[in-house]
Amino acid sequence: MKILVLIGNVPDTTTKIKFNADNTAMDASGVQWIINPWDELALTRAMELKEANPAAVEKIVVANVGRSETEATLRKALAVGADEAIRIDADPLDAFYVAKQLAAVAADYDLILAGIENADYNGTAVGGMLAEMLNRKSVSAVSGIDLDGDLLIISREIDGGSQQINMSLPLLAVVQKGIAKEPRIPAMRGIMMARKKPLNVIAAVDAEALTAFEHFELPPAKAACKMVDEDQAASLINLLHEEAKVL
Amino acid sequence: MSVLVYIENWDGKLKKLSYELASYGAQLAEKLQLPVKAVSLGKADEATLKTLGKYGITEVLSDTNEAYNTLDNSAIAKALFAAAEKTAATIVVMANNNLGKAVSPRLAVKMKAGLVSAVQGLPISTEPFVVKKMVFTSKAFANITIKSANKILTLAPNSFGLKEKNTEAEITAFDTGLSAEDFETTVISTNKVTGKVLLQDAEIVVSGGRGMKAADNWGQLEELAEILGAGTACSRPVSDEGWRPHNEHVGQTGKIIAPNLYFAFGISGAIQHLGGVSSSKVIVAVNKDPEAPIFEAADYGIVGDVFKVLPQFIQAVKELKA
Repeated sequence: MKILVLIGNVPDTTTKIKFNADNTAMDASGVQWIINPWDELALTRAMELKEANPAAVEKIVVANVGRSETEATLRKALAVGADEAIRIDADPLDAFYVAKQLAAVAADYDLILAGIENADYNGTAVGGMLAEMLNRKSVSAVSGIDLDGDLLIISREIDGGSQQINMSLPLLAVVQKGIAKEPRIPAMRGIMMARKKPLNVIAAVDAEALTAFEHFELPPAKAACKMVDEDQAASLINLLHEEAKVL
Repeated sequence: MSVLVYIENWDGKLKKLSYELASYGAQLAEKLQLPVKAVSLGKADEATLKTLGKYGITEVLSDTNEAYNTLDNSAIAKALFAAAEKTAATIVVMANNNLGKAVSPRLAVKMKAGLVSAVQGLPISTEPFVVKKMVFTSKAFANITIKSANKILTLAPNSFGLKEKNTEAEITAFDTGLSAEDFETTVISTNKVTGKVLLQDAEIVVSGGRGMKAADNWGQLEELAEILGAGTACSRPVSDEGWRPHNEHVGQTGKIIAPNLYFAFGISGAIQHLGGVSSSKVIVAVNKDPEAPIFEAADYGIVGDVFKVLPQFIQAVKELKA
């Protein structure tokens, strides 16, 4: 079985976000780029599945849609332990466009893992769109995944609780927190090996974007916090009732 | 052409979120001068669905097939597509919750519709069609144009509120044409959270961080949540330590919530945490460190010991409710 993990290249989660002069794009100067945190957990779980089922899992490939500057992030994924990387050479215009690009390379993989959200534009759609384009089953909000022969034993969060379900391959799983305990940090040996692993650059296919970012703005500045003394805590509850009117 | 709202049910029941979606769909349809309809999949009875009329829904297509309870993503997307075709819908609206996030991308491909998730409020303009959403986990907002003729919006819960419109909803039986083979998800067990306010539904959230010191110290926090009818949440270190379950983790990699009132006890307010809660209408912070960044995001604050403040809050809320 072959596993494909979709990798987003996003600003470090501690980044202070700035925009260009006319607020039409993010100002990328000084930004540290990382593997999208949910994708990193997906990759970690893929590694764990391979280690626990060496006979069943043939290889793990990571894929990204982006320009050459995203290769550092793909190399990091290789250093974590992926066997190969694919970079589709295009600007990730929107989820539909990105899914179209991935659909061109993803059909051969039995299990595709995608993170539930991207930490940049907070899109949640690439995984589900890709599954639909490939006409394969998908399951979302997955917080646990195990192999039992051809069967996948999955825990997922539902609105109002959680569920254990069984699914068969091929499958696309959109994963969230809990899928792996901690993201794996590349070891020195992994970093050395990653340099020799294949990173295939593939030309984009024709596709259109259905949405476009027009304008960004920062949230309005917050008024100063109103402070209350520790031993007058009860008066804060009254403020919430009388002033803020939320109680 | 029409606006179609996907109304989920939970064991046959609707929630405030359902009526918020109905309100949003009706207001959007009015803006576009289109009719607004809803589709319900699974076991929701006529009387229940009729309550959507109060928020402007004129017709509900209802397929009561219980197989939808398996929440099979492809089957639900197929059924929604059938409903969109039946109602000639050009815009579909659903919740930005687990199920909405799972099925909206599949439906978007079927309809070749531009999808914007976690939309806040009605479109800023309809020609071109521009909507606003949070990006960079609440660190910024973006205006996004949907260029395609068909559109799908998922609404951020608690971002729009209820708007009554007192119409009469007609319930129409609807056969989506799905067969048993369309449902490929085998449910082994379901663990429903009962007797607690769900975090996603909560209008008030009481949250604890590392300053709570240990898993055993949550009693007063839970008591406060209970008397407020609030949901409970926590910061990332707390769920990583296993003091609280992962599904309570709010922040950048956990849940993003926007309650009317958010209490942060012993939470320092790392930028990743603030990303998950800064859309809350009012934030109250209690922390012993006056320099904690949470106070920059908070509307009301107390520098002090959470274990001295919690009993005072509990007492004051009890008196207020009495």
